[in-house]
Amino acid sequence: MTRLLVALWAVLALAGPALAVLPSEQLANPKLEARARKIGAELRCLVCQNETIDESEAPLAGDLRVLLRQRLMAGDTDRQAIAYIVARYGHFVLLKPPFEADTLVLWLGPFLVLGLGGLGVAAMARSGARPDTEAPAVLTPEEEAALTRRLEADRV
Amino acid sequence: MRRLIYLAPLVFLVVVVAGFAMGLRRDPSLLPSTLIGKPLPSFSLPPVDPQAPGLTSADMTGGGPRLLNVFGSWCVSCRYEHPVLMALKSQGVAIEGVDWKDTRADATRFLAAEGNPYDRIGDDEAGHTVIDLGVAAAPETFVVDRHGRVRYKQVGPITPEVWTATIAPLMARLKSE
Repeated sequence: MTRLLVALWAVLALAGPALAVLPSEQLANPKLEARARKIGAELRCLVCQNETIDESEAPLAGDLRVLLRQRLMAGDTDRQAIAYIVARYGHFVLLKPPFEADTLVLWLGPFLVLGLGGLGVAAMARSGARPDTEAPAVLTPEEEAALTRRLEADRV
Repeated sequence: MRRLIYLAPLVFLVVVVAGFAMGLRRDPSLLPSTLIGKPLPSFSLPPVDPQAPGLTSADMTGGGPRLLNVFGSWCVSCRYEHPVLMALKSQGVAIEGVDWKDTRADATRFLAAEGNPYDRIGDDEAGHTVIDLGVAAAPETFVVDRHGRVRYKQVGPITPEVWTATIAPLMARLKSE
């Protein structure tokens, strides 16, 4: 049983993502193809929106894969090829958004929230660590009398 | 007064939840076009009907404002949009078409059956021009001014509501520009 599970785990661990890149689309030059794969994994399919163009079966994703390979064949650098597609579809096509003025909140927001939370925790820790040094209030004679009465009554 | 500080996380949470709620209501397919205010990319497409002219980017300048509609006979929303385009044509609106990833036979059959609202149609079987236009899914329609600059992009079908509320006023403004 354990062996079976280990074997199953090994098979699952070895399985790669199911890519939609068709053999007919692939470049003969393995170096160029590897670059195309690397870029393809960073570009969003505009039709499915949460898949990369390498994962998507949508015809547009296929066209973009072919276009990307044409750009690389034509001698574009990775950056130029990405810019070519961004010029047409905007930054939305990048699965990893660029660090720019309008994405500052996206990139720095989590750190800001973490910082604010840290400040809150620090403030609470500081106020909690201070021992309660105020002397307990002394009972007034009336309270003293009431307490004694109550205790006497309980004793019965 | 100091107690109010304990409300701060709650206020923060409300703001964040409100932001997400607003985000959920937005249609993620409505992407801003990178072409707004810019000239159309240059293209030259062959015709669908060999007797008719094809469509080049030069055809999109001069005259008045016109629509550039990306469609396909395979596209269900385009068929939904089609009667609206036919009505616009009868009102004298200039509409050019880009037939996307279609076969000429299918496109010809579609236009013969449903009517042809286009002055010219370019056949983009390979889909290169459509990518240059930054189109993600048909139908998409560009409002192009007399200088060949893109002024607006409609993602999804033009409905009578979209036409009256958005595109018609824009076309009227562009006409007087």
